[in-house]
Amino acid sequence: MELGTTAFVIFFAAIFTNNILLTNFLGMCSFLAISREVKPALGLGLAVIFVMTCTSGLNHLVYHQLLVPFGLEHFRFIAFIIVIAAFVQLVEMVIERYSPVLYVVLGVFLPLITVNCAILGVCLFMIIRNYSFVQSVAYGAGGGIGWTLAIVAMGGIREKLAKAKIPTPLEGPGISLIIAGLMALAFMGFSGMIQMQ
Amino acid sequence: MVSVFVGILALSALAGFLALCLETADSYFADYGECRISINEGDRELVVQGGGHLLGILTDEGIFIPSACGGRGSCGLCKVKVSEGAGPLLPTETPYLDKKEIEDQVRLSCQVKVRNDLAIHIPPELFYIKEFTARISGLRDIAEDMKEVRLKLVDPPVMEFKAGQFVQLRIPEYGDSDEPVYRAYSIASPASKGEEIHLIITRVPQGIATTYVHEHLNEGDETLLNGPHGEFYLRDSERDVLLVATGSGLAPIMSILHHLADENIRRKVFLVFGARRMGDLFYLEELNRLKERIPDLKVVHTLSRPEEHEQWEGPRGRVTDVIPDLVKDPSNVEAYICGNPAMVESVEQQLTQMGVPKEQIFYDKFA
Repeated sequence: MELGTTAFVIFFAAIFTNNILLTNFLGMCSFLAISREVKPALGLGLAVIFVMTCTSGLNHLVYHQLLVPFGLEHFRFIAFIIVIAAFVQLVEMVIERYSPVLYVVLGVFLPLITVNCAILGVCLFMIIRNYSFVQSVAYGAGGGIGWTLAIVAMGGIREKLAKAKIPTPLEGPGISLIIAGLMALAFMGFSGMIQMQ
Repeated sequence: MVSVFVGILALSALAGFLALCLETADSYFADYGECRISINEGDRELVVQGGGHLLGILTDEGIFIPSACGGRGSCGLCKVKVSEGAGPLLPTETPYLDKKEIEDQVRLSCQVKVRNDLAIHIPPELFYIKEFTARISGLRDIAEDMKEVRLKLVDPPVMEFKAGQFVQLRIPEYGDSDEPVYRAYSIASPASKGEEIHLIITRVPQGIATTYVHEHLNEGDETLLNGPHGEFYLRDSERDVLLVATGSGLAPIMSILHHLADENIRRKVFLVFGARRMGDLFYLEELNRLKERIPDLKVVHTLSRPEEHEQWEGPRGRVTDVIPDLVKDPSNVEAYICGNPAMVESVEQQLTQMGVPKEQIFYDKFA
């Protein structure tokens, strides 16, 4: 397959069949905490898409241009985290400047994107799967969009759920986790669509 | 061995490069440039460097909005009407604002960031509130668990205030209290002597500020205070003046009495001071001196539980027990009540029932 086509396939696979949240269950912390309403969920999702796309590209460069030539592959965890942290800082500055409300709503979860395991997960998967630069960026963008899709869907469901009668022991995280599981099952339906290595 | 150094060097270079990028971005994104703050429809115009919170910027400009928590959004006191440029209401503000305030564009000034030109409205008297540096020039026990604190103002050297108003004293962090707190105390000294003010501070068990004053404060210490604050001061009229106080509530009343003497105001004045026992009475000499200067001053001390050995011969009971004998013409009385909230409420109720018009009753509750 051509390079462009593979990147295209990887992009869609990351959104649907290999959704980082619903198949790998990475990034659950903010997924559960910020999914009460659609609006903040979308805000965080956009921030994650941006950070994930950019950091997967950046980290690809850092890994192949800096770490591999010096034989420092074992440092990839630290290097990736530093790059992600710096990037999140940047996003934080931009959001604070242009959307103070979103900034306050996201609160502590904005800096917590730094340790959002979905983002580190994407960076590590792209190394393990030996993606090229274009494929990595496509994977990052797809992963971010997939994550956003999941959290926004969850936000929509929980907005309806707020008005529903739920058995007391299941209120809050309980029902959210069950829904996450059902959503994961639903996403399995996509798995026949694209085959990804 | 070499690989260790290469590793450290490579990671440091990476981190350094990223830090440089962030620094550049910060100077670009966090720079809001100069912003104009127009106060009360252009009464005053401030040109400030944007980026900070409104409360802090106003404080830097010498306008002191009352705040007890120091700008952390937990006291809800620093309310200011911002009619232009504040941006949307933040979730950190909503718990402290009611419907009407939200309609009136009232905001918490410690949460509003100055990002662009603002138009704000603040009560003009806040312009006169200043921050003072003061030195403790005297510290004496005037009754059990009650200290008189004398503060010699250093910068600015004189405070202009109305007799009866209060200041906020800054208590620095000490012991278990890990942040500075502000507490309000009424001024007991005459308004004519604005260079040294006296406060009366009663010890409250476990009280952060009162414990500090009673146990850690020494003569010669420097401290910060701001003021004057408050609407509790003598109104201009010809009516008889009824002053009612318990405990340290006597402080603003003393200042009002000094004012009556200094200004030679010829009005009939009654002072009722309630305490538990003789040991709780204070400022007796000062009151005697004031009696010589105010011919129409009548002072009544009443004790609710005098001890046997004290041989108290004056009136017994609470302040409400002696007030009816003093008030002969309720419609011509102006009452100033200061002390614990329960006392203030019962006196206010009593006076209203006796026929003193509500607008002639002023009070300051010491909680």
